[in-house]
Amino acid sequence: MAETERDPRTIELREPPVLAPGHSFASVTDKIGGIVLSRRTPRAWMAGFAVSFLLVMILQVAIAYLLARGVGIWGIGIPVGWGFAIVNFVWWIGIGHAGTLISAILLLMHQEWRTSINRFAEAMTLFAVACAGMFPLLHLGRPWYFYWLFPYPSTMGVWPQFRSPLVWDVFAVSTYATVSFMFWFVGLIPDLASLRDQARHWFPRGIYGMLAMGWRGSAIHWRRYEDAYRLLAGIATPLVVSVHSVVSLDFAVAILPGWHSTIFPPYFVAGAIYSGFAMVLTLAIPLRAVYHLEDFITPRHLQNMAKVLLATGLIVAYGYFMEALMAWYSGNRYEQFMMVNRVLGPYAWVFWAVMATNVLAVQACWSRRVRSSVPALFAVAMLVNVGMWLERFMIIVVGLHRDFLPSSWGMYYPTIWDWATLFGSIGLFLFLMILFVRLLPAISIFELRQLVAKPEYARSKT
Amino acid sequence: MTQKDARNKTWRSLDELAGTAEFQRFLEAEFPEPASGGTDPVSRRDLLKVMGASLTLAGMTACRTPAEKIVPYVRAPEDLVPGKPLFFATAMPMGGFAKGLLVESHLGRPTKVEGNPEHPASLGATDVFGQASVLTLYDPDRSQVVTRVGRLSSWMTFLAALNVAREEQHLKKGAGLRLLTGTVTSPTLAEQIRSLLAEFSSAKWHQFEPVSRDHARAGAHVAFGQDVNTIYRFDQAQVILDLEADFLGWGPANLRYVRDFTAGRRVGQGPVAMNRLYVVESCPSITGSMADHRLGLRAGEVESFARKVAQRLGVQDASPGSPGPHDQFAEAVARDLAQHRGASLVVAGDQQPPVVHALAHAINHTLGAEGRTVIHTDPVEAMPVDQMQSLRELVGDMQAGRVDLLVIVGGNPVFTAPRDLAFAEQLSKVKLRVHLGLYEDETSALCHWHIPEAHFLESWSDARAFDGTVTILQPLIAPLYGGRSAHELLAALAGKASLSGHDIVRDYWEKHGRWKIFEESWQVALHDGLVAGTRLPPKRVALRAGFLKESLPAQKPGRGLEIAFRPDPTIWDGSFANNGWLQEMPKPLTKLTWDNAALVSPATAQRLGLHNEAVVELRYRGASVRAPVWIMPGHADDSVTVQLGYGRTRAGRVGTGAGFNAYLLRTADEPWFSAGLEIRRTGDRYSLVSTQHHFSMESRNLIRAGTLGEFQKNPRFAQQVEESPPPGLTLYPGHPQEGYAWGMAIDLNACIGCGACVLACQAENNIPVVGKREAGRGRSMHWIRVDRYYEGPPEDPAIFHQPVPCMHCENAPCEVVCPVGATVHGSEGLNEMIYNRCVGTRYCSNNCPYKVRRFNFFEFADWTTPSLKAQRNPNVTVRSRGVMEKCTYCVQRINAAKIEAEKEDRKVRDGEIVTACQAVCPAQAIVFGDLSDPNSRLARLKADPRNYALLAGLNTRPRTTYLARLRNPNPEIRG
Repeated sequence: MAETERDPRTIELREPPVLAPGHSFASVTDKIGGIVLSRRTPRAWMAGFAVSFLLVMILQVAIAYLLARGVGIWGIGIPVGWGFAIVNFVWWIGIGHAGTLISAILLLMHQEWRTSINRFAEAMTLFAVACAGMFPLLHLGRPWYFYWLFPYPSTMGVWPQFRSPLVWDVFAVSTYATVSFMFWFVGLIPDLASLRDQARHWFPRGIYGMLAMGWRGSAIHWRRYEDAYRLLAGIATPLVVSVHSVVSLDFAVAILPGWHSTIFPPYFVAGAIYSGFAMVLTLAIPLRAVYHLEDFITPRHLQNMAKVLLATGLIVAYGYFMEALMAWYSGNRYEQFMMVNRVLGPYAWVFWAVMATNVLAVQACWSRRVRSSVPALFAVAMLVNVGMWLERFMIIVVGLHRDFLPSSWGMYYPTIWDWATLFGSIGLFLFLMILFVRLLPAISIFELRQLVAKPEYARSKT
Repeated sequence: MTQKDARNKTWRSLDELAGTAEFQRFLEAEFPEPASGGTDPVSRRDLLKVMGASLTLAGMTACRTPAEKIVPYVRAPEDLVPGKPLFFATAMPMGGFAKGLLVESHLGRPTKVEGNPEHPASLGATDVFGQASVLTLYDPDRSQVVTRVGRLSSWMTFLAALNVAREEQHLKKGAGLRLLTGTVTSPTLAEQIRSLLAEFSSAKWHQFEPVSRDHARAGAHVAFGQDVNTIYRFDQAQVILDLEADFLGWGPANLRYVRDFTAGRRVGQGPVAMNRLYVVESCPSITGSMADHRLGLRAGEVESFARKVAQRLGVQDASPGSPGPHDQFAEAVARDLAQHRGASLVVAGDQQPPVVHALAHAINHTLGAEGRTVIHTDPVEAMPVDQMQSLRELVGDMQAGRVDLLVIVGGNPVFTAPRDLAFAEQLSKVKLRVHLGLYEDETSALCHWHIPEAHFLESWSDARAFDGTVTILQPLIAPLYGGRSAHELLAALAGKASLSGHDIVRDYWEKHGRWKIFEESWQVALHDGLVAGTRLPPKRVALRAGFLKESLPAQKPGRGLEIAFRPDPTIWDGSFANNGWLQEMPKPLTKLTWDNAALVSPATAQRLGLHNEAVVELRYRGASVRAPVWIMPGHADDSVTVQLGYGRTRAGRVGTGAGFNAYLLRTADEPWFSAGLEIRRTGDRYSLVSTQHHFSMESRNLIRAGTLGEFQKNPRFAQQVEESPPPGLTLYPGHPQEGYAWGMAIDLNACIGCGACVLACQAENNIPVVGKREAGRGRSMHWIRVDRYYEGPPEDPAIFHQPVPCMHCENAPCEVVCPVGATVHGSEGLNEMIYNRCVGTRYCSNNCPYKVRRFNFFEFADWTTPSLKAQRNPNVTVRSRGVMEKCTYCVQRINAAKIEAEKEDRKVRDGEIVTACQAVCPAQAIVFGDLSDPNSRLARLKADPRNYALLAGLNTRPRTTYLARLRNPNPEIRG
């Protein structure tokens, strides 16, 4: 290879590589497959498992008590009829955006750096959507009748009320969950086959073998796989935009000041990608540290994600600004009051916390030093995670607590069960994530091998 | 005996032989459980079992299994059609005075109370107490069995004990017999007491009501030299001066007065005239909220104000004292009163001292009000006495050991008697104490005998209204818990225990009714709910000359903080403390539920460094009570108002422990107010629950108000402040309109904010009680609420009330967002709620700009207590957990009327459907009807220039609209 054209060292000077030099097909497969097939479990994994399992148990108790007593165990009331449950729902759905975006959109746009992070970002999507999907069911007064939101052939001949955005939600979220799952699973098949072939014990071999669905790696398999994967990517792409747009309509369709706003769909999508990337960073950083995957999840990935974070953060900031501007410009006294109340009212601390986390903190990513500092990025990502949760709290609770008639204004005080459900859902998410890391290849093996095969990443064996 | 013992000993009996192993085996095989249980030491498990069983069995004695008949009536009761309610006329006695009722009965169960339109004190309306009485009837906490010193006993055992005491008293002509009742207006009861006193010539009868009318009686006595009952004709009055008389809020005639007063404020088509109300009071009342001019004065300063007005009107010896800051106001009021001579009146509050009443009589005399706006009659009470003095005498006799047998007929004097009389302490010196009461309360705990009292809906009785009209009270149901009425207890005391309440009342009227054909008149009286011709005739009374000078020197208001006692607007003197509906009803002005508070003005709070919910120690005349503070805009400065009735210790599961006991501060000489209160901050905090936290309208035109002058200049002033979008401006096609178009109009000019609609709705629509904690989380279930707003400076704000039921929007925001179609638009314009379909997303409530939707966050409805099931309206679903609910415009009443109309092949007539809130409203502020009928009363109101829609700019097109409030200020007075 011509030294002048592609010197990895010069690439490294300009930008860190997508894949650390020195890897071969075998080293990639061994390294990633080894995480799953190894009998040794890192201590950090055990600790994470224990904590998240405890949180899952708390979630179980919270849900059992909820089903036994009713949604009154939460702090909701009138006027604040939606509290943590819906905040959590929107937050998790938002987090679930990055996976598909990374997998589908970046795939179609030939962004090769996505390869190392797409697998666990997709898994993250799936688990976040699972966590999100739990809340609309749990928050119902009579959760056992959730299926009434589906257009099933009821003997009574009743259908859902299609004008309601909640029905749109059902379709949007269930479609998204289905497509995300298929996309993730289809992408896993070649790797499952690798694991099957690598596994020495009969049990994992059997399980991975079943899941690999007879993948033999023949050319026709690869051909079909490529078609299916790109097709799914094509289907998933509009979903990235549609899901959070539809979720945002839950609010935009309502007449409540602070909800009734046409900017919501793009603003929610940007917010979703923003929080999704923050969560990918939050997960990727410990993952690469625990499993020593710095070769595959390189500073290049972190920097790129920081840039996406910054870009979407700016869109979100623009959304905040437009909300305020439109409230003022509309001349509508309820809108204006809503904005003043948001900034100066009893929940002003939420607004200022959102400004500090979502708008200010992310500005640090302008700095190359921050972008290349792992702890700094982790801190920014954590702040954005919190900030995006608070943003949904601001929209939902602060929007509801003071609406049109001052006589019905009220406050919202979360109960211990609200917190238990929030942290329980985080626990469930981490629990699934931790299991995933242990049981399935967290990084796409075959796609990395494709990278290795490319001349710019290949390194002559020394 | 263990087996080991048996082996070592020779056995003497077969019983002992039972200890052998063989026999033991046989025994266990034959009688497995008791045998082992009988010989082994009692295990913990068995002990619990036996205890549980005996508890259950003990409970069984209180069970009253209704006789179940599965055969049809051989002779059906008259007019009884299963599924159709019957209405019976009776009356609710409160403080002795009757307010007429029509009680709805479903197959023998009274479920709902309505006012009796024929009755002068009701005119079809009821107050909150009347509405809630049906819940007290079914209260599972009512006492259910005769007890003797806390142990279960029986009526027969009681009679035996009573007879012994009777015999003893016979020997000394009843010198040791005392009877303590409330105010008695019942002719039958009075006759019974009179004959008892004839039998026991040395016995004494005492009367005591904690919320007494002593001062009014004493004032009349001073002015006229005799006991006189005064009736005000507010409908005839154009100018009214109210001296701390909350005449719209309480008193035997308040419902009548509300009707009369609002009649004088109705502005319709034609000549526009409105009465003018001046209110001088310390603590804002609902009457004060209706005032055109309200002056916040300490209760002790009202007298000098009254003297000033009196002096300017030419009342002799008024001795107005030195000039003060309110002289101009007094001057203007006096001039206005004088200008409307013959059409003006002054009314003084029962808590004002006798001199203020006397001054009011004198002013009314000079205004020529007598016979026109003020009518005097003989007293309504069977025996008017100074009740505080009466109680004092009783306590004196008890202390001296002169009382052997005390019979307390109703009431709870241990709780309500003034502290300084030490009633409870002296009560223990009485040899035999008998208490008749609805509950086992504080008094029954200190009595030897407690007799469960029959509720007024369970018993025969009679009572007089404020004008003397007698109503014969008929029971709607047999006593649920075997209670006895006062008549039956007195009959027992007279040795005639065999007489039933029915016989006693009937006998009285047979003897004293002076009816030509008794049976017919009796039936008519029962049917009409009143005895014709029993109204007291007007009486001319002459004012005593110079009475002001001779007996009543002007009092100087005391220095320091003043304490004022008021009956609680919802639980009254404490007797309704165990009524969940009343406890949960937001108090008209503070909107507090489940608690009372020490009410102070904003300025006083600031001066003393107090804030809402701060616990203070109230020290007054050596007693002290800890109470939370609530800041009351419009309250007089340097004055603290406390409401009586809370702090019950033995009220029942609902009322025990709520609030603080203000009776602990009350003394016999100054039962209503006095200076000398000290406040000490404790630094503690006590959480109070108010259903409305925000008082300001934030300049949102929610309640549109103007003066009479503004209205005359521009009748459409209310409609011009907010633009409503043109009809048809919606994405969705309009709803097909078929037949009727239901709607409602609420006249804010009439609404006094009493909250009776809230309770009427609760009773009609099976609305559950949620408790203080849930109410604090914004989970009250009331389908209609009364919003209260303040406008202007906090020391003297204008107060507005706005009842808010569901608006039944034509473009209902709730309907489009429901994912399952559980709230839909009916063809007649009703916004309908389908409970069975609701999954409980609460999206509809979030999207309701009026926030009238209520959600069952828990299983709020009581599905288990049997007695409460009987109270429910069978035509309204009892909602379960997790469903949304809201006002339906009483759809069950609409459908009942439609079915009747269809049977007769006609349209529903205007006024045929009356919603529960409309029916109860004493001010007739709520009108329901058919908009499609241009001649309906509703359609006329909707065409009224004052008619406006709440939040019209949102394009919800509500079917419920409001008529703007008007005020009629005196141009001479600024502000």
